[in-house]
Amino acid sequence: MNLYELENIQQKYNGRCVLNVEKMTIERGEILALVGPSGAGKSTLLRLLNFLEPPAGGRLMFDQNPVSKDVPLPLRRRVTTVFQRPILLKRSVVANLGYGLALRGEKLSPEMQAHWLKRLGLEKLANQAAQKLSAGEAQRVALARALLVRPDVLLLDEPTANLDPYNVSLIEEIVREENEARGTTIVLVTHNIFQARRLAHRTGLLLNGELVEVGETEAFFTSPKREETGAFVRGELVY
Amino acid sequence: MDTLLEAFTNALRLLIALDPALLEIVGSTLQVTGGALLLAVAAGIPVGVGLGLARRIPAAGCVVPLIYTGMGLPPVVVGLFVYLFLSNQGPLGDLRWLFTLPAMIVAQTIIALPLVVGLTLTAVQAVDSMLPLQVRALGATRWQLAWTTLAEARAGLFAAIVAAFGSIISEVGAVMLVGGNIEGETRVLTTAIVLETRKGNFALALALGVILLGLAFVANFALYRLQNQGVAD
Repeated sequence: MNLYELENIQQKYNGRCVLNVEKMTIERGEILALVGPSGAGKSTLLRLLNFLEPPAGGRLMFDQNPVSKDVPLPLRRRVTTVFQRPILLKRSVVANLGYGLALRGEKLSPEMQAHWLKRLGLEKLANQAAQKLSAGEAQRVALARALLVRPDVLLLDEPTANLDPYNVSLIEEIVREENEARGTTIVLVTHNIFQARRLAHRTGLLLNGELVEVGETEAFFTSPKREETGAFVRGELVY
Repeated sequence: MDTLLEAFTNALRLLIALDPALLEIVGSTLQVTGGALLLAVAAGIPVGVGLGLARRIPAAGCVVPLIYTGMGLPPVVVGLFVYLFLSNQGPLGDLRWLFTLPAMIVAQTIIALPLVVGLTLTAVQAVDSMLPLQVRALGATRWQLAWTTLAEARAGLFAAIVAAFGSIISEVGAVMLVGGNIEGETRVLTTAIVLETRKGNFALALALGVILLGLAFVANFALYRLQNQGVAD
């Protein structure tokens, strides 16, 4: 069942069209990877999916609700994003973990706090200022903060770019677990085609703001339908 | 050196004796400083935050340099303007505020307001530009976003309050002009220091200076504690 339906979605900045997706669907409970070169419109698409900006044109449906300029708060709170650079508040690790819940008037329970600190390997850093964490630790906190609000959709914008293999592996593990345990729909933007292949059920290629191809991950990588996809997968795409 | 030592001894003696004249001066100082700081902060922080969060400041090319110019307003000039406005012939003469504490509060507020607005604006603009996007992505309302931005800019906001406090409590020219340094009514620590210096009572003037510095230290200490509170929350 489709959670998102996009039709002729366009986004323009200063009159320049940066995204033009004719048709696209995102199924409930799937992990969809979006690959493509820098400037292809991947992050713009994520911002539209998180209702952070309205599209310049086209029709965006979320869970059968048409998305307009002012998205109702309860609908907006079903979706969240983890960005490439973790944006943590100048507060402790624990305060950052509970921030999304605090916005909803909820508190981080001691059990959840203990569970996540252990899962993230940050037990000893619970009360440390988040600004002092390493990039990998900070991204783990940002991911946990997003998951703690129990979103229906988790959007990941290059979540493991520039991280070491340990952090990449831990983050991928948490993402996979979240998808399997809660059925969270995940849209992953990545430059790393190996990561897309490891995690995603379906993969799509964005080029110059257009969705060139989307399909089952294995088929996408082994027998792409479009020439550009093949070239991108083989690392031959010149951009 | 002897004068300095005498000043500290005098200051202590005046404080221990709870000299009524001194207490009156300290009371007036606290009233003027507190009142002006409260008004400048109450008006300046919302304006600074509003400008800092605005995607585009209307006529930014003029507004921001104007605010920055205001941060360096010569207090005597402000005092002169307030004097002219509040004098009998002035547009606000009917208020009969000239040579009263309210007139001093008005002058001090005008001096401190651009400092609060300018430093708040800078503090808010210095917050990570990705923060609003991340906070909204986590489901924040408009108010929650504004509050979080304020909390993130708190070091800069406290700097604005501290700078405003410093400029108010140490100011002498404007309060002398609009207050008149009337004993028992509008005499504050800075104007009392000027008076005692002119009379040649250097030790007493220094003693008052020590008390002024002490007050400033206590207030700044409290503000600093407040600023650091909740950092690890």
